[in-house]
Amino acid sequence: MSESRAVAAANRLPVLKTHKVYVGGKFPRSESGRFDRALAPDGTPIANVCRCSRKDVRDAVTAARAAQAGWAARTAYNRGQILYRIAEMLEGRSAQFEALLAAGGATPEAAAAQVRAATDRLVHYAGWTDKYGQVFSTVNPVASSHFNFSILEPTGVVGVLAPESPLLGLVSATAPAIAGGNTTVVLVTGSQPLPAVTFGEVLNSSDVPGGVVNILTGRREEMLAPLAAHRDVDALVLCTADPDVARSAEIEAVHNLKRVAVRPHEDWANVQSPYEITDLQEVKTTWHPIGS
Amino acid sequence: MTSSTSSVGTAAPKLRLGGDDGWGYAPAPESTDHVELRDRYGLFIDGEFTDAADGRTFETANPATEEKIADVALASDTDVDRAVAAARRAYDEVWSKLAPQERGKYVYRIARVLQERSRELAITESLDGGKPIRESRDVDIPLAAAHFFYYAGWADKLNYAFPGRGARALGVAGQVIPWNFPLLMAAWKIAPAIAAGNTVVLKPAETTPLTALKLAEIIRDAGVPPGVVNIVTGAGETGASVVQHDGVDKVAFTGSTEVGKLIRRALAGSGKHYTLELGGKAANLVFEDAAVDQAVEGIINGIFFNQGHVCCAGSRLLVQESVADEVISKLKDRMETLIVGDPLDKNTDIGAINSRAQLDRIEEYLEIGAAEGAEPFQTPCPLPERGYWCRPTLFLRASQSHRVVQEEIFGPVLAVQTFRTVDEGIAMANNTPYGLSGGVWSDKGAKAFRVTSRIRAGVLWANTYNKFDPTAPFGGYKESGIGREGGLSGLHAYLQPEEAA
Repeated sequence: MSESRAVAAANRLPVLKTHKVYVGGKFPRSESGRFDRALAPDGTPIANVCRCSRKDVRDAVTAARAAQAGWAARTAYNRGQILYRIAEMLEGRSAQFEALLAAGGATPEAAAAQVRAATDRLVHYAGWTDKYGQVFSTVNPVASSHFNFSILEPTGVVGVLAPESPLLGLVSATAPAIAGGNTTVVLVTGSQPLPAVTFGEVLNSSDVPGGVVNILTGRREEMLAPLAAHRDVDALVLCTADPDVARSAEIEAVHNLKRVAVRPHEDWANVQSPYEITDLQEVKTTWHPIGS
Repeated sequence: MTSSTSSVGTAAPKLRLGGDDGWGYAPAPESTDHVELRDRYGLFIDGEFTDAADGRTFETANPATEEKIADVALASDTDVDRAVAAARRAYDEVWSKLAPQERGKYVYRIARVLQERSRELAITESLDGGKPIRESRDVDIPLAAAHFFYYAGWADKLNYAFPGRGARALGVAGQVIPWNFPLLMAAWKIAPAIAAGNTVVLKPAETTPLTALKLAEIIRDAGVPPGVVNIVTGAGETGASVVQHDGVDKVAFTGSTEVGKLIRRALAGSGKHYTLELGGKAANLVFEDAAVDQAVEGIINGIFFNQGHVCCAGSRLLVQESVADEVISKLKDRMETLIVGDPLDKNTDIGAINSRAQLDRIEEYLEIGAAEGAEPFQTPCPLPERGYWCRPTLFLRASQSHRVVQEEIFGPVLAVQTFRTVDEGIAMANNTPYGLSGGVWSDKGAKAFRVTSRIRAGVLWANTYNKFDPTAPFGGYKESGIGREGGLSGLHAYLQPEEAA
């Protein structure tokens, strides 16, 4: 026994990971059975990833819609604790993410900095869940005998075209959406999908209900138009600096008048504010008579 | 009316409910003798009234008499170019350099003169658009003045608009408004825009341009610098020219969802700011624990206010099965008392339908509803012989899939459905593409709060309906629009937060 174990340690064949997508709290493969290769900066294949189809987009929207009412009904305190839990899980797996980012070409220092920034960003938005409502709601002094107030409610299901920034951009675009009670379908189309699919594992171990964040990998030209046109998606966050990409998605979004936020940033270091949350909220004004 | 004006008589319908049995109301027409109306109105560009460059005009008429009131200049692309250029110049050279409080004081002046000229404006609104004088006098004009007064005060307080950020104006706003609340919609558009430091080009609706042009006189007389507010009259083409103009930084549109989508498509990729206030198909939910008489008043107000020409009208009645018979019976009784007729008569409840085109549209829906199997009910109230009129109408036993349940009619037509449980009522209320408004009638506070929080709409009225206030944000979820007007949210629509340092 002890002899064979020693052999294994010296010549052991590593167990390679199958990278799947994250939909409805599960890790399925693409229904299409297709794959793309994740590449190192020099073009060497690192791993196979799912090349999702429009049907995968449809399934992910279904999962996001099913989860939305329940997520929005969680207390702000509970949502804050869950976002904080994501940060805890990410911190605990920082070495793994640093390795993935380094495999994609980041220097060790840059990789470590990105993981730290992503973790801190989650902590930042964890703290907003029970505060943006206080900062941005109003009691309106109407000139009649009514108690009148305007509060923020989540827009609903948010489609996110994730940015190239493999971890910090992904977290920066997704965290404000879910902090505000929305659920998301995130399209990861860049050259470095591995941190994103691995982030799905972090979410899955952080008490985030299944369907709140759904992460698909594949090609933008196959997935974005069906997501942007889907009538059960209420808003889009388009992380792209390409005006043609944004424009064609905006046109698809007209079908049901989705709210569209375009985020052209390349550097996500400072993209952090409560306005990222309020961009994905609806203002509801309610009138109650004051009388006997 | 002065002798120099056109022959805009009051519609004098002879018949009225109960008029022959001794219990009717005697006519109580508002006098129009002090209202000055010109035969011809020009565009208001760069502080002056001017004809269209190509000299074209269109007629605006009184929908209660079908008589022409005035010829109005029809703005072409050339005129819109001039208006946008004037607005840009005013923004760059004057308005953006003015001390904020001084800017606010101009807006206060507008509010005050609107109040001074309120009676004239109310009568003009009812003449040109057909709405009952009681509503134009008590709702439209006072609220329009209140909007200017409210936003005037924001002008020097913009640094409080965005917590943690500074604020700056957007530039030139192109604004297109509908015919259902002509002056009030002009106020909703112009007041926050100019108070926040923008300049505007506004296009009123082609059937109701007169009060906006009177507002232009007021703005000129208030000494507002030329070009800060420009008003170009015309129809859809003029509106398209305004919202698609390259020189416009912000588009604000109130109108149909269909046109709103065309505008949104045209704006895709432009980077322009926009707010869209579009259609609605609001549900008024009456629960078994509601105060029924109060609820019936709310239903009446919800659908028959302004002839039902209201985007947030309570055009669907959802009534809990256990009280449906009582509610519908009382609703029919109350409808029997509604007086349809002369908009200038202070007794009138329902005025004239705004135009022949809108009456045709409503009548088409009356046929559709009956053909689909809903059960129509109308009171036999007398209608004047001339003008455009529609009797208050119910469609009983309507189904969720009926077009009179799903589509906006924009007339005095109420689709009635019943539900059993709270959850079913909420699901039915949410089951349209719209999400502008909703009403809830229940004497249980906890239930009212729960239901209002679960209806996906931007304005919810609990045990009241069709209340408006400049401090209260208004606007839709889903396909009812994007953005808000009124209150702090309505100010945000004309500002952008400055980037964090």
